[in-house]
Amino acid sequence: MTRPTDFETIEKKARLRSRSIKTVTYALLAIWAIVVLFPFYWMLLTSVKSYSAYSSEYVPKFYTLAPTFQNYVDAFTTVPLADYFLNTVIFTVATTAMMLVVTVLAAFAFARLDFRGKDLAFTLFLALMMIPSELVIITNFVTITDLELRNTFMGLILPSVTSVFYIYLLRENFAQIPDELYYAAKVDGTSDLKYLTKVMIPICRPTIITITILKVIECWNSYVWPRLITDEEAYFLVSNGIQEIRENGFGRENIPAMMAAVVVISVPLIIIFLIFHKKIMEGVARGGTKG
Amino acid sequence: MERNNMKAWLYLLPAILFLGAFLVYPLIDVFIYSFEEGYNSASQTYHGVGLYNYSYVLHDPYFLQAVKNTFILVIFTVPISTGLALLISAGLNSIKKLKELFQTVFFLPYVTNTLAVGLVFMILFKKTPYSDGLMNLILGLFGMGPVDFIDGPYWAKMFVLCFYTVWVVMPFKILILTSALASVKQDYYNAAKIDGTSRLRTFTRITLPMISPSLFYLIITGFIGAFKAYSDAVALFGTNLNAAEMNTIVGYVYDMLYGNSGGYPSYASAAAIILFSIVLTITCINLLISRKHVHYS
Repeated sequence: MTRPTDFETIEKKARLRSRSIKTVTYALLAIWAIVVLFPFYWMLLTSVKSYSAYSSEYVPKFYTLAPTFQNYVDAFTTVPLADYFLNTVIFTVATTAMMLVVTVLAAFAFARLDFRGKDLAFTLFLALMMIPSELVIITNFVTITDLELRNTFMGLILPSVTSVFYIYLLRENFAQIPDELYYAAKVDGTSDLKYLTKVMIPICRPTIITITILKVIECWNSYVWPRLITDEEAYFLVSNGIQEIRENGFGRENIPAMMAAVVVISVPLIIIFLIFHKKIMEGVARGGTKG
Repeated sequence: MERNNMKAWLYLLPAILFLGAFLVYPLIDVFIYSFEEGYNSASQTYHGVGLYNYSYVLHDPYFLQAVKNTFILVIFTVPISTGLALLISAGLNSIKKLKELFQTVFFLPYVTNTLAVGLVFMILFKKTPYSDGLMNLILGLFGMGPVDFIDGPYWAKMFVLCFYTVWVVMPFKILILTSALASVKQDYYNAAKIDGTSRLRTFTRITLPMISPSLFYLIITGFIGAFKAYSDAVALFGTNLNAAEMNTIVGYVYDMLYGNSGGYPSYASAAAIILFSIVLTITCINLLISRKHVHYS
């Protein structure tokens, strides 16, 4: 004599099972979120601890009851943090602007114009994407040194301008614009350049914004090239500045002031990220890799 | 469409100038440098052509140390970060609430300055006379003695480097894998469910084959990226990586170019070319393996 199958218990078991799987999933995600966020919390926390409070904590505290902004004042007065910041802004704006002009013009030629050798030229462009920057940086270093452009903005900016990938990305987008628009504009006697600026660029604005943001992030975080090409503090970017602060600034022990500098450097990008996170993630998913 | 040759090349001219000067010419030149023996960057002369630069680099203990470090870094970080990213993406894909928040948080390290956040990691792991540091505090809870992860024993330093590298590369991997997992058709899962297929079997027989192109893309770019590691190490251990025994191959190239032992573009070129021969070989092996195991629909 068998008992009839008890559906309720089975269902209950299944529900319990799926709930426990869900709990484990959320726990895993929460743990990784903590691993990601904790360094940011720690740098904020440390940056508002006073130097004496920080140094007297043998066991670091997870909170502070007496936050101070003195470290931020120190960060701007003891080391030329404002200069590093300004340099990076100049470098980022100039590089990104030049990149946009070069990229838009090249993408336009490949997407819209017809000329002999176009396919071959485009294939060669794509092949250039595979050249690792670590190989070409050696000659670029020698070139810039020979041109006596070390410790100048020119030397910093020029080799950082072009990115083949962005030309490719924008060309794909330009190519999606229907030909009819172009012919209509031609009939009306619109020049190519005017068509580009008045029609194509506005239509492809989302892609252009994505490219711009990705380039800004790249510029803001660039370290290797600026380190090679600048040894005068007057031309340091934030990455080199932070390295300089670490090795010679504040004194090795003044970690709260160091953290204040780190916060100041990280904030602009985090703000950009919070505003544009959808666009950034979309752009990166379409084929950007770091470095 | 009428042909406008001149005009088109005019539009391309800026790109060609920049790419020619800073990408194509340097690529050719780096090979030339690597074969010029005794190149003097001040007088721009050399006294022979041959393989001496390669032999010098291959016998340099600093280079061998850098190769060892880089290989250890690659062997540990690529599988760990890819596996962890797969686990997290699978988790992300199975939830609805808070999914976007988690995704955004997980992507955060991608946009932050590697050097700046590296400094925070250094503080978390460093042991100073004033404090053992947070990590050692946690280790102490498990009854393990304080270790200086920044200036201490080799494997402690290597551990921090691997940990930080994984932290830095995770956002990209999670992003790619999450979108790959989301694009697997729900129909397959429903069919498996009707057949009463177990979760594990569903994962190995449906999910893995369906996302294998993205997975292999990540493994290949992961290998390439890990072989080119450098800024992470600088962030943790400072610019004098040779002294810290934590140099990487790319770090060696830059040190040869400029820095304490700098001024040798020939040695730097030879080292860079050795690095990219290694990367190319590994990538080819990866591609060969992927041919057997990746399902392109």
